[in-house]
Amino acid sequence: MADLIAKTPLWGQGAVVSGGVTLAEVDLGQVTSVAPFVGQEKTLAAALKPLVFPAPNMVSAKGAARLVWTGRGQAFLIGAVPDGLDGLAALTDQSDGWAGVSLTGAGAVDVLARLIPLDLRDMAVGACARTSLGHMAVVLIRVKDGFELLVFRSMARTAWHELEVAMKMRAARLAC
Amino acid sequence: MRITCPLCGPRDRREFYYYGSEDYLTRPEGEDWDAIDAHLHLRNNPAGRVRDLWYHDMGCTSWLVVTRDTVTHEVFGAALVADGGVSISAKMKSKGGAA
Repeated sequence: MADLIAKTPLWGQGAVVSGGVTLAEVDLGQVTSVAPFVGQEKTLAAALKPLVFPAPNMVSAKGAARLVWTGRGQAFLIGAVPDGLDGLAALTDQSDGWAGVSLTGAGAVDVLARLIPLDLRDMAVGACARTSLGHMAVVLIRVKDGFELLVFRSMARTAWHELEVAMKMRAARLAC
Repeated sequence: MRITCPLCGPRDRREFYYYGSEDYLTRPEGEDWDAIDAHLHLRNNPAGRVRDLWYHDMGCTSWLVVTRDTVTHEVFGAALVADGGVSISAKMKSKGGAA
């Protein structure tokens, strides 16, 4: 039987650095949508420990495992296997549906200001937002040294292109 | 124009999709075809305060009832349709013909 090689959404795209900002692909690993069933909130909270089901626009994290708020009654479990959650929440494997990229460096917020209609200057680490990147839906996560962006896998190259162009335009403006 | 989503906070208008009057939440019961015709097609077009359905499609994908003024463009507030206060079944009632 053929040995199939899994490709990342951006096919091993190398990082791009421009104007002190680095754009790189992020391997999200397993991504599971967790939508709690009505009446199971307490049992689910116990099963999720040490994570908590996040409040709107927040991320709960412990080590590599993250639970990212993605909508009313829905969060994405990233970097962990959803063990022990059967019957407590609707679980959907999203691993192959999303592409992850990171934008890091001091100027990352200025790059995103060109594409995202939110003021990200005061966004705290551990916060997230569902918003738009140009015309693409995006899950935006604030991390320690920048941002992580989750886009639909079919939009991976478009998102990469948009971000790379915005980075280079900003770098050109800085050089003027 | 900005709409303050009850979940996401203040967001740009471009994140939302306009659906129409909140009348869509009050579906007539039974087979009163005049009422159904009115429900589907007849709308007032007031200059002033209106309550409309908006969909936060580039955000949390919630349906909202947004109160705003068509003259001043002021947005007074937004509430989740799912929050019970405007549940579809609770508001289901028959309207006799055109309002």
